[in-house]
Amino acid sequence: MNRKSPARVVRHSAGQRAPAPIASPSTVPAPVRPTTRRDDFPILANNPGLHYLDSAATAQKPRVVLDAMRAYYENDNANPHRGAYDLSARATQRYRDARERVADFLGVVDAPTLIFTRGTTESLNLVATAWGRANVKKGNEIVVTGMEHHANFVPWQQLAIATGARLRICELTTDGRIDLDKLKNLLGSKTAVVAFSHVSNALGTINPVRDIAALVRDKAKNAIIVIDGAQSAPHMHVHVDDLDVDFFAFSGHKMLGPMGIGGLVGRRELLEAMPPYQTGGDMIEFVGDDKTTWNVLPHKFEAGTPNVADAVGLAAACDYLDAVGIEAVRAHEMELLKLIVAKLSAIEGVTLYGPTDLAQRSGVVSFNVADIHPHDLSTVLDQEGVCIRAGHHCAQPLMRRLNVPATARASVYVYNEAGDVDALVRGVLRAKEMFGTL
Amino acid sequence: MSNLEALYQEVILDHNRKPRNFREIEKADRHVEGRNPLCGDQVTIYVKLDGDRVADVSFTGTGCAVSKSSASIMTQTVKGKTVAETRQLFDKFHSMITGKMTDAERGQMGSLAALGGVSKFPLRVKCASLAWHALKSALDGDGADVSTENEGPAMTEGA
Repeated sequence: MNRKSPARVVRHSAGQRAPAPIASPSTVPAPVRPTTRRDDFPILANNPGLHYLDSAATAQKPRVVLDAMRAYYENDNANPHRGAYDLSARATQRYRDARERVADFLGVVDAPTLIFTRGTTESLNLVATAWGRANVKKGNEIVVTGMEHHANFVPWQQLAIATGARLRICELTTDGRIDLDKLKNLLGSKTAVVAFSHVSNALGTINPVRDIAALVRDKAKNAIIVIDGAQSAPHMHVHVDDLDVDFFAFSGHKMLGPMGIGGLVGRRELLEAMPPYQTGGDMIEFVGDDKTTWNVLPHKFEAGTPNVADAVGLAAACDYLDAVGIEAVRAHEMELLKLIVAKLSAIEGVTLYGPTDLAQRSGVVSFNVADIHPHDLSTVLDQEGVCIRAGHHCAQPLMRRLNVPATARASVYVYNEAGDVDALVRGVLRAKEMFGTL
Repeated sequence: MSNLEALYQEVILDHNRKPRNFREIEKADRHVEGRNPLCGDQVTIYVKLDGDRVADVSFTGTGCAVSKSSASIMTQTVKGKTVAETRQLFDKFHSMITGKMTDAERGQMGSLAALGGVSKFPLRVKCASLAWHALKSALDGDGADVSTENEGPAMTEGA
């Protein structure tokens, strides 16, 4: 990955509505005020009583994203990289433009090192399988943390089982941060991989990626650094080239884009040296009877007909986020986070998980209410139109470390308002009343 | 009574607070673990048989109010019944919680009728049936642990 910062370019296609910023960075301390952001999201306009607080699972889609995908199919659809005709050339161009747009959004100068995948899970499996099987050996160690989503845990566990390497799990501090002293002790010449999330999906912890990367480079010179960026790319300024990591995985559907697209940014020399993940059409240079040579990046890792429409949708989502301003998105979420934490912690019997310093948190609040199982809480909240997640959040190793079977999780995004928080609090109080713990 | 009040009626909340037969059975003839992959709920059912009769049945584990109360009421209901009667009861119970039962039929369900409110919450069918699936597996004698993954609307746990 190139370390040079690209100029941030915001492009708008004709006919797309440019959203007005919800708050400029200079108004950060101001209280959350009603916005009309909901109107940009058809599903929220179509469900007036809906309080969607599950954006860490998937984000709702703005109209501009849906329009862009429809426009692609109605105007430019063909199989890219194939036909020697103008329509196919246009589809190819749309796909290439989408890649450049997303790369630009994430601070990646060398756009062909951004591989489109189905999402974070596929991206991480790509690294663990293609790079891992070729490079990790018996005697090596793979370091993950106790807060990982299963997508950044199971592929490494399985790689360890397959290669005879040892999986090491870095424990957390009591308030749910990576314990850097413990991490330091796990790193050494045997370390082949250090994989961790940029932001925890269950706790919202923002991990200090650059500090950890510096530590790894110092203590474990042979290790690659793999970042699960599923929860950071949508919510905060991420400049992948500046992170000094080797792989960065993300999902489109969590950042206002469609389901079914995401990506993997990789260091060029690693991507070029490692074998492909899947083989087939589009990813080849020449297929002989006995051997095949691989296409150049990014095509080497994109076997089969590419998902052009979703890439176009994701590019439109980047346009939308840039028009709002990712710093403004972060500031908006921080206001809502403060509100949720203040209101929930004022309720007797509520336990909050994750860092107490909210500056180290994204807009995710994991909590439990005494004597009410999160699943029951979520059913009561559902009756109030409040959508939260209840369960283990695909992070069972973390739940074991928190010593709880499950938590309730509320998470916010650009379209949430103070009214959503009020509805959440109303629902929690109703559940307490119903379960006789008020 | 709202759907929510029907789901969380006092008898359910009471069994949730004070689950009955919530213990291991030492020297159980069979025990089977059931898991709900959606929320990580876990229940273990212990059965002691006397011929083809359920002499004692109990459970342990963690779960929501619906799964815990359902397990609790189930153990009270099937104790002393024959294996065949217990299987028939599960079929009826399943019809009730999936909304395939008339009010009159529900009236015949005794204390199990308290779980009837589940029929208005398809997402909670898994919770209510978890213990029953485990019991059925225990009675079948194959000792296979069970999952409710394929019960109710398709759901998996994600990010």
